Amino acid sequence: MTAPPSDSPPSISDLPPAGLSLSVPIADHEWDLIIRPQGRWWELQLADVWHYRDLLWMFIRRDFVSVYKQTILGPIWFFIQPLLTTIMFTVIFSGVARIPTGGLPPMLFYLAGTTPWNYFASCLTKTSGTFVGNAGLFGKVYFPRLVSPISVVVSNLIQFSVQFLLFFGFLAYYLLKGTPLHPDILMILLLTPVLLLLMALLGLGTGILASSLTTKYRDLTFLIGFGVQLAMYAAPVIYPMSSTPAKYRLLIEANPMSSIIETFRAIYLGGPVPWAQLGISSIVTGILLLFGIAIFNKVEKTFMDTV
Amino acid sequence: MSDTVISVERISKLYRLGEVGTGTLSHDLNRWWHKVRGKEDPYLKLGETNDRTVKGDSEYVWALKDVSFEVKRGEVLGFIGRNGAGKSTLLKILSRVTTPTSGVVKAKGRIASLLEVGTGFNPELTGRDNIYLNGAILGMRKQEIDRKFDEIVDFSGVERYIDTPVKRYSSGMYVRLAFAVAAHLEPEILIVDEVLAVGDAEFQKKCLGKMENVAQGGRTILFVSHNMSAVRSLCHRAVLMANAKVSQIGATNGLIANYLDDLNETSSLEIDYSTVPRVGQFGSRLKLQRLEINEGAGIWHGKPLKIDFLYECFEDVEEVAFGIGFCNRDGIRILSMDSDIPGSRWKFKRGQRGVVRVSHPQLLLEPDFYTLDVGVRSGDNAGLDYLPQSGRVTVMPSEATPPVIAMRETGRGGFRLPAHWEINSI
Repeated sequence: MTAPPSDSPPSISDLPPAGLSLSVPIADHEWDLIIRPQGRWWELQLADVWHYRDLLWMFIRRDFVSVYKQTILGPIWFFIQPLLTTIMFTVIFSGVARIPTGGLPPMLFYLAGTTPWNYFASCLTKTSGTFVGNAGLFGKVYFPRLVSPISVVVSNLIQFSVQFLLFFGFLAYYLLKGTPLHPDILMILLLTPVLLLLMALLGLGTGILASSLTTKYRDLTFLIGFGVQLAMYAAPVIYPMSSTPAKYRLLIEANPMSSIIETFRAIYLGGPVPWAQLGISSIVTGILLLFGIAIFNKVEKTFMDTV
Repeated sequence: MSDTVISVERISKLYRLGEVGTGTLSHDLNRWWHKVRGKEDPYLKLGETNDRTVKGDSEYVWALKDVSFEVKRGEVLGFIGRNGAGKSTLLKILSRVTTPTSGVVKAKGRIASLLEVGTGFNPELTGRDNIYLNGAILGMRKQEIDRKFDEIVDFSGVERYIDTPVKRYSSGMYVRLAFAVAAHLEPEILIVDEVLAVGDAEFQKKCLGKMENVAQGGRTILFVSHNMSAVRSLCHRAVLMANAKVSQIGATNGLIANYLDDLNETSSLEIDYSTVPRVGQFGSRLKLQRLEINEGAGIWHGKPLKIDFLYECFEDVEEVAFGIGFCNRDGIRILSMDSDIPGSRWKFKRGQRGVVRVSHPQLLLEPDFYTLDVGVRSGDNAGLDYLPQSGRVTVMPSEATPPVIAMRETGRGGFRLPAHWEINSI
């Protein structure tokens, strides 16, 4: 380095006036870490998250173990809840209200809607509590905060798998019974991972956006709770897209989950894949996610002061 | 090649006091409106220094103001100062828990903090799983933990229970395991805040040894503590903070002396009374020179207590009794020990010097700060020497301390009697 290190430590009276650099001039690139008041909003710090991938795995493992340890029935709860919901839907919406299910068996129709919706909804609600729920941990040690919501989204796959198995069981049952269903094997193999990724990213994006805003405006916590419930009715979970009146269709299509659910139903039960809407959903998901991460990174730096 | 590993340049931190959540939206809008018009943040200039003794008019307060210093490679730098002086805020910024309002920190190498041991421990998981989880939270990679696993278990001394969920651990075992993980982190820069307040004396010695090893290995340590003897033994250089600013940087001994003078407090385990001014005739016939507590090994809740009174006589005195009292934060005496209560009185000759020791197998004061009242009497009421509120000691939690008390953020002090309880139906 060019300049020699200073011999004696400076006392407060030796400090230079504002605008002068105190330290020996060392080029910024020589430092491994520079802490500034605010990062640039476009620095997503994803490399940092990658560096902590082992922590991500430990969090997932922790969630997995604690889910099994605290209950007697364990993962069976994941089973009972969607099953009862679906039976309820079948009785109320199909049996009483006579909402059409597009010619599909009601049980199967509802399960094909609730399985993806539940995954998205639980990703959203659980990640929305990231900051408030982890305040104790975040207040003591640094790691990329994004690891925490990502681990939630991955852990939720356990719940999704169980519900998916339930759906798959019913699908197999109806197929054996000879019900006219048209699962598209190629599309299933191709699109299932894409749909999962879309749901995960959408849940993550909206969830971290919500969690960032709740640190300052706690009112949002309540809004999210019932907002997610209401949003289900703005997605084709209990009715098929084809039966919606034209004046509401735009509203429903504005929900990025709508095309994901429609696609899910189309590839497993038969029907046209809404490619255009799915494309739009992917773009919306991408924008929401980038926006969410940017806000999240901004909030993670100072949220300890407001929580 | 410069040896500077941390450069802190004019760091300031503004905190908002009071109710957060009321009026924040209006403040945000107002701030935004000022920004749009290219004006300064209207709330920033309202800040005041963080002096708790003066009630501020503004709800914004500077927790740090223009703090600058540098740390060299391999240095163990101590941070001392009163509660609220800004030490912890500074360490929080360095460990990236929060960011400064203005200023820049530059560092070389990995920074890891021991702001609180056991962070992220999950009670349901086994000791083994928690080593991996905690290690990962502190920034270790899995292979790194694999490599050090045996060493960590060895250091913690809980090998037998390594596959037991940590909720079944005693608080002592819990802390040992947590510290063991943190101690094997091997970052280039280690931040330690008050961890030494937990654990028994033997374990504390082990930790201090480990920290010295870390420092000798060329790594840098930033150490915040109220335990002056630990700061003195570990740090060559220290930063004294007062009212959100760095008031002095320099050699540890001089700084500690300044700090204690400033506080009008004496160091924790050895209290020098030789130069303390006395009221009236106190100290003229017999004078207390100094007090040594537990031979400098710390005062621990539930553990034996030994106090040595070093005295010097200037006249022949008879029926001499010694006494010591512990006062809580409010200055109220809550524990007294007098040598003449069990009937010990002595006769001293002029010029005699010596040591009187009082001991008890179990100190039942809760972990907290206490001030001491120390006195010597001749007969029943003739005071020879008396030093009220003359020293400040810290009772630290040990494994005998119930975790709910040990983990309490602020001590409340008090005498805790382990009484016998039973239930009977009528």
